[in-house]
Amino acid sequence: MKLHPTRILMYLLLSFLALITVFPFYWMLILATQTPAEIYSFPPHLWFGTGAGANYQSLISALPTFWRNMWNSIYVAIMATLTTLFFCSLGGYAFAMYDFKYKNLLFGFMIATMMIPQLLGIVPYYIEMSIFGWLDKPRALYVPGMASAFGIFLMRQYITAAFPKELMDAARIDGCSEFRIYWNIVLPLVKPGLATLGIVTFVGSWNNFLGALVVLRSREAFTLPVALRTLQGYNTIRWGAIMLGTTLSVLPILVVFLAASRRVIHAFTATSGIKQ
Amino acid sequence: MHWVGLRNYRFLVTDPWFWQALETTLVLLVLSGFTQHVIALPLAYIIDRRVPPRLQNFFSASYFLPYITSTVAVSLIFSTIYGYHYGILNEFLNYLSTASWSSWAFGWLKKSLPINWLGNTFYIKPSIIIVVVWRWFGWNTVLYLAGLQAIPEELYDAAKVDGANAWHEFWNISLPLLRPIIFFAVTMTIIGNMQLFDEPFILTNGTGGIGRAGMTVAIYLYRTAFEWTQMGVAAAMSWLLAIFIGALSVANYFLFARSAFGRGGKS
Repeated sequence: MKLHPTRILMYLLLSFLALITVFPFYWMLILATQTPAEIYSFPPHLWFGTGAGANYQSLISALPTFWRNMWNSIYVAIMATLTTLFFCSLGGYAFAMYDFKYKNLLFGFMIATMMIPQLLGIVPYYIEMSIFGWLDKPRALYVPGMASAFGIFLMRQYITAAFPKELMDAARIDGCSEFRIYWNIVLPLVKPGLATLGIVTFVGSWNNFLGALVVLRSREAFTLPVALRTLQGYNTIRWGAIMLGTTLSVLPILVVFLAASRRVIHAFTATSGIKQ
Repeated sequence: MHWVGLRNYRFLVTDPWFWQALETTLVLLVLSGFTQHVIALPLAYIIDRRVPPRLQNFFSASYFLPYITSTVAVSLIFSTIYGYHYGILNEFLNYLSTASWSSWAFGWLKKSLPINWLGNTFYIKPSIIIVVVWRWFGWNTVLYLAGLQAIPEELYDAAKVDGANAWHEFWNISLPLLRPIIFFAVTMTIIGNMQLFDEPFILTNGTGGIGRAGMTVAIYLYRTAFEWTQMGVAAAMSWLLAIFIGALSVANYFLFARSAFGRGGKS
């Protein structure tokens, strides 16, 4: 491949854009290690500093619940992922495999709910959760979404494509119970679909801000996004400490993405309905 | 709770804050939406047609990175970048406007520096737009890339035989065949940006900014419901917003989709 001037220009442009997307993450990482003197130095300090330990102390004193909040995020994300995978695959299986009265009507109704903007539900969401007594409880964040219309729809598509109905009849004749057909035969066949839905659910839960802001009131119950947001109010806290907290909060997703970027990107494009 | 008829709706349609918030939301939607798609479309085309597969993954992964990162984390990072006195953006612009190699092009910036990105009614919107575009152009690029990869190679070969250059390829093959995906992506942008909350909320420290210049409908709705506990007004606002989203989506359908799902665009 010869390097034409236009080709060099093209790669410069692509690299420049890549630099712009990656730079803020780099900046976060190095600010997290800088002392205030280094952050406020001129010319700016563009490399790792010497304040990581002090920033950590400052972060923990401003936000003593930090690790608790981290655990809340992990717990909610895992619960959201497991429950979504179970209930959506179950629902998708029913829509794919069974014939029952009003099936098409129900399915159409379910699809229609996907068009409702999320904000329309925010006030009733809060009111329901407070009536249930679920404010400040992790389940307020994962129970309402665990049988999402979108997830059921997605799993129905995967199951319809992977598992022909005739196979179910054969399994039945062999004496397999309905639940075992689903659990032992269908689920292993739709592993790619489960991975896709799982990735999207986990990332969505990890990054969920508005929902958590609405139903979580006390510091002990906060997930990371809401906890980090409370740091903004402090005038005394160092920016380095806020960036350290931010770094720790994005690290899990970042590591997974760096390890399996193709799989993650595929999950998000597959759930947008574009065939690849 | 008691029945008040349409009082909450009547309050909102005469509420100047609501209309200002709606205008802010629309300005942010149009400017950030337009920018991200105008970047994403040619970018996806270049990556699909001119970049070898190994590098394709590298570039699309780096552009996609902001999309999977939490909006709160991203907005906090940008809050430091936008800092007034020691923010890296102002220092960088300052460098460009004074350094000998670049001052001929950027010297005019000198008199407006440092820029108070987040504390000035004019600059709040561009600051938010930059974050939104930064976060979303990669998502759209990846989406368009997936669409482009589904276009059969023979179409490009045939065009090459007919003497088409890159510009013709992009304009007459890629773009028309991408129309259903453009429709989808633009619809997603409309629905998402009409409900824009996280980025402006964090960047303006939960207030909507000086003079409410960065207060979107979503932020106004949140504050109405949870700061001023006017649940009824907030619920009415969410319905008005839903109606606007519906209207914009229908308008978008008539602009993009009808011909896209018909005969595949003009030749």
